[in-house]
Amino acid sequence: MSATGIGAPVRRREDGRFITGAGQYTDDLHVEGQVYAVFLRSPYARARITDIDASHALSGEGVLAVLTGDDMRADGIGDIPCGWLVKQKDGSDMVSAPHPPLAHTFVNYVGEPYALVVAKTQDAARHAAERVHTDFEELQPVIDLATATDSVEIHEGVRHNLAYDWELGDRTATEQALADAAHVVRLDLVNNRLIPNAMEPRAAIGRYDAATGEHTLYTTSQNPHLARLILSAFVGIAPEHKLRVVAPDVGGGFGSKIFVYAEEAAVLWAARRLRCPVKWTAERAESFLADAHGRDHLTHVELGLNEHGRFVALKVQTSANLGAYLSTFASSVPTYLYGTLLAGQYKTPNIYVEVHGVYTNTAPVDAYRGAGRPEATYVVERVVEVAAREIGKDPADLRRMNMIQPGDFPYETPVALTYDTGDYEKSLDRALELIDYAGFSARRIEARQRGCLRGIGMSCYIEACGLAPSQLAIQLGAGVGLYESGEVRMNPTGNVTVFTGTHSHGQGHETTFAQVVSDRLGVPFEDVEVVHGDTGRVEFGLGTYGSRSLAVGGSALVKASDKVIAKARIIAAHMMDVGADDVTFDGGVFSVRDSNRSMTIQEVAFAAYVPSNYPLDLEPGLSEKAFYDPENFTYPAGTHIAEVEIDADTGVVRVVDFVAVDDFGHVINPLIVEGQVHGGVAQGLGQALLEHGRYDDYGQLLTGSYMDYCMPRADDVPQFRVDTTTTPCTHNPLGVKGCGEAGAIGSPAAIMNAVTDALGVRDLTMPATSEKVWRAIRGAKGGIR
Amino acid sequence: MYPFNYHKPSSVDEAVSLFLDAEDPAYLSGGMTLIPTMKQRLAMPTDLVDLSGVQAMRGIERQDQKLVLGAFTRHAEVARSEVVAQAIPALAHLAGLIGDNQVRYRGTIGGSVANSDPAADYPAAVVALGAEVVTNKRTISSADYFQDLFETALEPGEMIVRIELPIPRRAAYRKFPNPASRYAVVGVMVAQFDNGVQVGVTGAGPCAFRASTLEAALAADLRPEALAGVDIPDAGFNADLHASAEYRAHLVGVMARRAVADLLAS
Ligand SMILES: Cc1cc2nc3c(=O)[nH]c(=O)nc-3n(C[C@H](O)[C@H](O)[C@H](O)COP(=O)(O)OP(=O)(O)OC[C@H]3O[C@@H](n4cnc5c(N)ncnc54)[C@H](O)[C@@H]3O)c2cc1C
Repeated sequence: MSATGIGAPVRRREDGRFITGAGQYTDDLHVEGQVYAVFLRSPYARARITDIDASHALSGEGVLAVLTGDDMRADGIGDIPCGWLVKQKDGSDMVSAPHPPLAHTFVNYVGEPYALVVAKTQDAARHAAERVHTDFEELQPVIDLATATDSVEIHEGVRHNLAYDWELGDRTATEQALADAAHVVRLDLVNNRLIPNAMEPRAAIGRYDAATGEHTLYTTSQNPHLARLILSAFVGIAPEHKLRVVAPDVGGGFGSKIFVYAEEAAVLWAARRLRCPVKWTAERAESFLADAHGRDHLTHVELGLNEHGRFVALKVQTSANLGAYLSTFASSVPTYLYGTLLAGQYKTPNIYVEVHGVYTNTAPVDAYRGAGRPEATYVVERVVEVAAREIGKDPADLRRMNMIQPGDFPYETPVALTYDTGDYEKSLDRALELIDYAGFSARRIEARQRGCLRGIGMSCYIEACGLAPSQLAIQLGAGVGLYESGEVRMNPTGNVTVFTGTHSHGQGHETTFAQVVSDRLGVPFEDVEVVHGDTGRVEFGLGTYGSRSLAVGGSALVKASDKVIAKARIIAAHMMDVGADDVTFDGGVFSVRDSNRSMTIQEVAFAAYVPSNYPLDLEPGLSEKAFYDPENFTYPAGTHIAEVEIDADTGVVRVVDFVAVDDFGHVINPLIVEGQVHGGVAQGLGQALLEHGRYDDYGQLLTGSYMDYCMPRADDVPQFRVDTTTTPCTHNPLGVKGCGEAGAIGSPAAIMNAVTDALGVRDLTMPATSEKVWRAIRGAKGGIR
Repeated sequence: MYPFNYHKPSSVDEAVSLFLDAEDPAYLSGGMTLIPTMKQRLAMPTDLVDLSGVQAMRGIERQDQKLVLGAFTRHAEVARSEVVAQAIPALAHLAGLIGDNQVRYRGTIGGSVANSDPAADYPAAVVALGAEVVTNKRTISSADYFQDLFETALEPGEMIVRIELPIPRRAAYRKFPNPASRYAVVGVMVAQFDNGVQVGVTGAGPCAFRASTLEAALAADLRPEALAGVDIPDAGFNADLHASAEYRAHLVGVMARRAVADLLAS
């Protein structure tokens, strides 16, 4: 391994510009002549717009326009589509309520944009926004997920507020197996609503060049090409060849910047109407209200075990809150990214899941770090834990005896996936060793003497990432293929420009991908530049989410690199006057077998652009493109173990130790991987203990600022201890699986298993806030000591 | 933020007269509360009277059995002051628990006491120590000063110039922070004087108050155990997403016991 090649802990090259404030985020861009937009947002969860009076606002100094949803519709701007069509149980299509970028007629959640004010300064726009007078006729909102299907209809014709009633697996066989089971564990679980809170709020600048008809959108996007496709093909802003989407430095996304948002369409449309660039930057309060939220499930689960403790059946019924409209991938998250993961690491032979996708008058809910897989892991790992306690088996032993074994791969689950490889016990064993599982009871006794209740909990998670085999995804309802594209361009002077369709917004691709290409081509790491995030520079791409960038995007770069090497080999052979088969390639050097003749790939690159001694039938140049379409998902898996201590007087929970042992396949950069795990676990800890997006009965967001929405901070998390095991992915050239979400997927269940262990209770809903825990302690002991 | 006129007086009198001459003015101290509300367009003063240039409102001084803090003294100055550490170490500790570094380097005791946020820390000390709030007009005893949610005895235009805090034999402060905002869900200061024990509570009610039942129990027996079983009625206590009134009452007991233990160990 070289100091910068595959496997080397190279420091992130992008960090220099980020930590010195030299990054260029969307809000940092100043487009000549830009004016400012402020959005008018619904103050009600559900209402009819009866009148918008902008006359007062328009008279303000510097005010250019007040544009409404009706104006937008009149200009032929289309609705925002949901990109994944889910089929219902009865074979019919899901019911997708129209989602206009700017609401007209009705508003359906607090924060929904229905108009925008454009002015020469941000202040003037804000000021004018306050002077637009809108009359609403308030309507009865639907807020509570549990009762939403029995409430008034939010969208005309969407019966029971159901977007879909979906199922997967064999219901009859599962119910029969449950009926025959020696022991059935039943549990009702809540997966709390989360608000993403990327460090950089969303922003967008729309620009229109009347001379050429070209539109440019600068935006905080995780997938600029997809944004372009949707804005062109569905929203109808401009044809694809007249629309360029640039996602410059982006300060975190966690899924929330995958989706196409109203504001992006609106600034482009306004720029064209007003003939000047229009810029919008969200305030934090807008982010809370109008970024797509995550999770929000209610689930009933039943796990059947035979007399030996083997899992015989798992039945899961979930209500998933989708919010007021179906956001870009909303429909897929609680179905194909959730139901398919319910086998976990276990050989449960019968699994059945049914999911109700439910509309409510709340912000749209879509993918958030882990997207469906944290919810699935939570269900499986909580019910398995409760099962262990109920049948009196050690939780590690019960898991171990049910695990899919290394010899079982490829393993076909009852819920539509085929796991390619894994060694789950190995991660479990390593995690148990790291945490000193055997020593736990002594630690518990010691903690008790300090007035603390100590608990331990584990979670053996699996996820499917590396999205995704295109044909399978499209068969299941995806509106696009999920391959990735890349280009490796050797420049005449021997350095390399790499173009990738994935997008880095904190993941460190500029470093990792440079390592991959430099390793493959044998050129210095410093000589490789990675370009991403601009449809004007990168041919195509599907972006970054679902831990797919390295497994899919990295694989495309390997393919492109190999094409470069293949062509370079022909050139080198020609120049050294031998057949291509006589030329070997290693470490950037082409050598003639059994001779001392050789030339570097840089020399070959020069020759390719200055073709004097060059094969006549070969095109000049040394730049290759590749699309990589994965054969299968990748399946990272591992074991997370948490130890918590609870202050018995106050109910405050602290995670005092946390071990994560993950199998991500081959690791390109262990430093970055560890960072990804830390971040993910911190978010999972946030979900378990601190974060909860809550609305009141009227649909007002109660947790609309950091005064009430509790993000994890440095002092909330312990010193994580992480390790990896490795079973290389069998079907991509790098043998990699993806590490971006694992932390957030595995950790909530581990922490909640530890909390319930400490308290001696069956369940407690997330987040385990101090008051909830205090009440549990009091309930358990029948009074406070 | 709406436009406003900015003034920077150098004396108390000048500040007050600028204030009285303006249409809808506000005093600006550290700005840690006022400026965010202006940015959110919730507050829209026509004039800001910035107190940072008023020398008479600065400084930390020990005067016999009193600690005198200028209203413009920043939290960070209190937290690291040798004089405070000698006189009332619990007060330095309390100041060090407010917000974060950035907030402590801007926020001031005068601003905090004037604002009387129910979740602010200083008010616990002001009532527990029986401090006096000295304004441009008069001296207000802490017993009369805090009146209700964000309501104090200050009259319009009246300005806090300094706070005078009697020095106790020993004192201790315990805070149960809101996990999100880190303000006090409950904060309790226990102070032992020659003639008795005083307990100040913040966070629990609409404004800071003295907990007489706890004081009575501790007067008899200054040990944490003395508080076991002491009733803390939660009538009128705050309730929000983070803590019900009942839980707050419970936390008052826990924080008080822990403060007493700290006091005894000090
Ligand atoms: C992120 C954050 C976290 C915080 N955490 C905490 C915490 O944990 N605990 C805590 O106690 N506080 C906390 N605060 C509040 C902080 O302590 C403020 O500094 C304090 O509440 C107000 O003081 P200031 O000097 O900033 O006053 P300003 O914001 O300048 O003024 C506040 C109000 O008092 C008035 N005023 C100011 N000075 C005077 C005066 N001398 N006479 C009369 N009226 C006056 C102003 O007109 C205004 O109405 C936090 C604040 C922030 C932003």
